[in-house]
Amino acid sequence: MTRSITLTINGTKRTDTVEPRLLLIHYLREVAGLTGPHIGCETSLCGACTVHVDGKAIKSCTMFAVQADGAKVLTIEGLDASGKLDPMQEAFWNEHGLQCGFCTPGMIMTAKQIIERNPNPTDEEIRAGIEGNLCRCTGYQHIVNAVRSLAVKA
Amino acid sequence: MATTTTKTEKLVGKRIRRREDPRLITGTATYVDDIQMPGLHHACIVRSPHGAAKIKSINIKPALEFPGVAAVFIGKDTEKVGPVPCGASLPGLRVPHHHILAMDRVYFVGHPVAVVVATDRYIARDAAEAIEVDYQPLPTVTDPEKAITAGAPPVHPEWPDNIAFNYHQDGGDIDKAFAEADVVVKQRITSQRLIPSAMETRGVVAEWLAGDRALTLHTSTQVPHLVRTLVAQMLGLEENRLRVITPEVGGGFGSKLNIYAEEALMGFIAMKIGKPVKWIESRRENFTCTIHGRGHVDYYEVAAKKDGTVLGIKLKLIQDLGAYHQLLTPVIPTLSVLMMPGLYRCQNIRADIVGVFTNAVPTDAYRGAGRPEATHGIERMMDLLAAELKMDPVDIRRKNFIANDAFPFATATGLMYDSGNYAAPLDKALETVGYKKLREEQKQARADGRLMGIGLSTYGEICAIGPSPATPAGGWESATVKIEPSGKVTVMTGCSPHGQGEETTFAQVAADELGVGIDDVLVVHGDTAIVQYGIGTFGSRGTAIGGAAMYYAIQELKEKIKKFGALLLGSDDVTFANGVCTCNKTGQSVPLAQIAAASYRAMKLPPNTEPGLVATNFWEPPNFTFPFGAHIVITEIDRETGAIEIKRYVAIDDCGNILNPLIVDGQVHGGVVQGLGQALWEQAVYDDSGQLITGEMMDYAIPKASNIPWIETGHTTTPSPVNPLGVKGVGEAGTIGCSPAVVNSVVDALSPLGVRHIDMPLTPEKIWNLIQRGGRA
Repeated sequence: MTRSITLTINGTKRTDTVEPRLLLIHYLREVAGLTGPHIGCETSLCGACTVHVDGKAIKSCTMFAVQADGAKVLTIEGLDASGKLDPMQEAFWNEHGLQCGFCTPGMIMTAKQIIERNPNPTDEEIRAGIEGNLCRCTGYQHIVNAVRSLAVKA
Repeated sequence: MATTTTKTEKLVGKRIRRREDPRLITGTATYVDDIQMPGLHHACIVRSPHGAAKIKSINIKPALEFPGVAAVFIGKDTEKVGPVPCGASLPGLRVPHHHILAMDRVYFVGHPVAVVVATDRYIARDAAEAIEVDYQPLPTVTDPEKAITAGAPPVHPEWPDNIAFNYHQDGGDIDKAFAEADVVVKQRITSQRLIPSAMETRGVVAEWLAGDRALTLHTSTQVPHLVRTLVAQMLGLEENRLRVITPEVGGGFGSKLNIYAEEALMGFIAMKIGKPVKWIESRRENFTCTIHGRGHVDYYEVAAKKDGTVLGIKLKLIQDLGAYHQLLTPVIPTLSVLMMPGLYRCQNIRADIVGVFTNAVPTDAYRGAGRPEATHGIERMMDLLAAELKMDPVDIRRKNFIANDAFPFATATGLMYDSGNYAAPLDKALETVGYKKLREEQKQARADGRLMGIGLSTYGEICAIGPSPATPAGGWESATVKIEPSGKVTVMTGCSPHGQGEETTFAQVAADELGVGIDDVLVVHGDTAIVQYGIGTFGSRGTAIGGAAMYYAIQELKEKIKKFGALLLGSDDVTFANGVCTCNKTGQSVPLAQIAAASYRAMKLPPNTEPGLVATNFWEPPNFTFPFGAHIVITEIDRETGAIEIKRYVAIDDCGNILNPLIVDGQVHGGVVQGLGQALWEQAVYDDSGQLITGEMMDYAIPKASNIPWIETGHTTTPSPVNPLGVKGVGEAGTIGCSPAVVNSVVDALSPLGVRHIDMPLTPEKIWNLIQRGGRA
């Protein structure tokens, strides 16, 4: 049993036939060829698979591809589509907000949403905002610095 | 063609953003699971649900009936594959034969029993579920102290006492030290089992080209060359027919410093089915089947004079090994023994290790690997001694520090500390927090009924592991530096960095030494077909050994550059600096790019000189390095909930010369947070039947951004004389210094209740219970 789904991924529309049980993360990585989002836990706890679906950061390891039918999906690969890094990517680079880089694509997608929702977050709000994304390398401090560097001072 | 820039501005010591980051922040880096290839099959491993059991039968037929299943293998199919190797060679060590798939018995939950290979990962998993294994469960033991009591279930029936080895080390005259002591302090201290939890689980892609007799393994490892040598042995394949590629590695922390059954198993499968095969470890498998860390029960006794001078240290160390030896399993507790005296000049020690088999996944190197346990022990004991003698914890440390003029210092455990100024980071940390005033504040807080704690640790490390005689697999490191015909510089390092930033720091050094721009340098690693043999990245060794190898290769090249420069300038009196060779008489100069081009074009060669500019160095370090530092942690405890609030965390580290402060700070932050994880939250818990009940991220408390404090970092600089860069290593410092500082702080907070020791993790429940019982454990 398969179903046809149509999604707009990073601005490009595509239609695929998939098993209903196919997870969105596997669809993105193995059908759409976007290996930026990663699989770290398969249980929504680590956030390495975070992408935006219709403007909301979600964990694509616990969502089926068919549930995203008709949606607009933005992955890490879509951020610098214009050839220029997104300011959040630049901030992570400048502030050394990553080491092994495995959590980074998900972390950046979550960090973008924090700033979208609250342009001037406190450190506490930044830490609360990324608590669904685990990083084992950085101790988070440089990630907090990266997000804070983009805060628009009121 | 020759566009290499020359420059005079030095890059070493600058906060340069990392050169590996563009691929990582854009999602274009290639980790193992990102690899696709035509005909790729997927493997799913069936694992034991029992801590110990006999395998009565395995029915693979239902799995083979799934469309898309290519093969199923069980233990007897892979019996001829060599055992998972143990690199340790302790006298009398009992080494169980570690088959890559279980034969007739399983020894821990997660023990691999069968493997299904299919065209799709979903089908592989469906089919794995259909395999029927008939187990006869057996009694288990997971607590190492219980395992060595009479009547405990034997993990390996051939060794009913569950003891894998006993190890004894004496230094000085311990009996005299204890006989002369005014005071002896004793304490049982545990360092609980931890799960390393790299964000990327392990994974392997194996490809066999039968016509070429060539096997390629893409594997997430810290030691690609060791994987090549040892997996080739396991498979009976000529080593030069095996290529190991380490693509991007998503964290290791020691858990990927190993040779795992699955690496050989995937090679075996690829050779059997003639198709490439991929195995990606699930998080559940990562928790149950990748090595754990720590797992100590330590019995300490410290003998001292009334004035606080430590005379002797005794340690009985019970090491939970798990069911098998992985690569370094039995070696890890011996590192704890080496580190026993910490930064203190005490010359009398006695250590006895009992290595114990349990029905659990093996322990092995996890960030710090033996040194955090030792540091936790000695730093807890110094506080206990201070409390016994009613001394300030700062004073007792100062009393015992090795003096600045005593280096190189021979320890009672047989080490030679390279350089040190132990009071410097302590002074800086004390000044940062305003220690005297802080103790006054604490008096007031106590008078107000508040539980405020001040804790410190002054820690040392054994880093740059290590000289080859002291390291199971060779402790040198290699580098090849090539100046290409265009003048661009390619560095191939035998290290295998996976987040430590050596593509940046090595390029900084190379750029400075050769007088080129950082963008003219490319640092390559992690492919055994491209890079000369190397050891890998672990034990805070990458820069201190691998960087030194690169430095020496560059020095050799500089001599050769001068020869070609002299030829081009028609003078023997030349200097090479800032990327140009200059005639000291005429002031005429030629840039590196022109020299490089001439060296390859080879129209004329200097006397006794070969064409080209390539140098390889295998550098054997004469010693370890010994970084050190001081952490101070200020805590306040909520009496109602037992929750610990860290009010301030100050980490002053001395890792020798600093090549890139941004990267060093990142290493310290990450290390401290893994230390906080151990001190406060993390613990791998097996129940009595051998089930890992912290088997998912839901149950195992990895630190989150919201529950950790701001970390104030600072540095003092005591260069190492061991290597030409003067660096000591920093990857493990934060972890090693952290846990005793936190526990000392919390014990200090609770000391008015009579608390003198608490074992980690310091969960609110544990603290709350202590408070409820008025401090009684």
